[in-house]
Amino acid sequence: MSAPQHIRTPLARVLGRGAAKSGTEHFWHQRLTAVANIPLTIAAIIILITLLGRNQAAVAQILGSPAIAIIMLLFVISITVHMRLGMAVIIEDYVHDESAKLTLLMANTFFTFAVGLAAVFGILKLSFGL
Amino acid sequence: MMPMADTRPLEAHPRAERPLSPHLQIYRPMLTMMMSIAHRITGFANYFGTLLLAWWLIAAASPNGYARFQWFAGSWIGRLILFGYTWSVIHHMLGGIRHLIWDTGRGLGPGEREWLAAANLIGSIAITVILWIFVLLMMGGSQ
Repeated sequence: MSAPQHIRTPLARVLGRGAAKSGTEHFWHQRLTAVANIPLTIAAIIILITLLGRNQAAVAQILGSPAIAIIMLLFVISITVHMRLGMAVIIEDYVHDESAKLTLLMANTFFTFAVGLAAVFGILKLSFGL
Repeated sequence: MMPMADTRPLEAHPRAERPLSPHLQIYRPMLTMMMSIAHRITGFANYFGTLLLAWWLIAAASPNGYARFQWFAGSWIGRLILFGYTWSVIHHMLGGIRHLIWDTGRGLGPGEREWLAAANLIGSIAITVILWIFVLLMMGGSQ
């Protein structure tokens, strides 16, 4: 008679962080942003369509109005977080050389922060009229 | 006689000719497999599509900048890219909904997953075409 054998220590099981030391964070944030992206993308497409054919002044005014600007900010932040996670998985799946992988993972973070911040800046600039 | 132990570092050993696990080229193409690949490719494309989104949002602040964006969006290559981007976003969204359904443990049966894969493809094309008919009608009415 012996107790069930666990290779993982009791502490490791309680922490639940696994071999990658990051637990289910990646999975959870991926699903969280996936769910958020559905209504936000539909809203962004509707906003985009209503702005078609309008002149720049009207587009700037509508995009900068509080409700629309907040929806667009949420949209940009949610898709940017989601795509950073997705691209990290693509890199980890296909790039096996350690230094190339780390370089691309860094480039992924740089790109997503840059493009996300650029879009956020664009929206805030319209809102605050700077 | 026992063969002498190989004392070279592990990375210097000759690569063993072991069978590799089969990959894409060995399977008959199936719709569920194609939609899985399409989900990754559209996600990859949407990643770079955000450059257009950021350009549009920044361009909206100035008349000259917006004129440049409108010139691009109205050109045939611009329209082609935007049409592709629309389909890519819609397809990835429907594919994502399919994955969220699977996350609940539903829709994994043989008939259901075929149906979901077909709905993903047909739905994405139909929604994209309907959106663009609407877009072109609106653009035609205002310009």
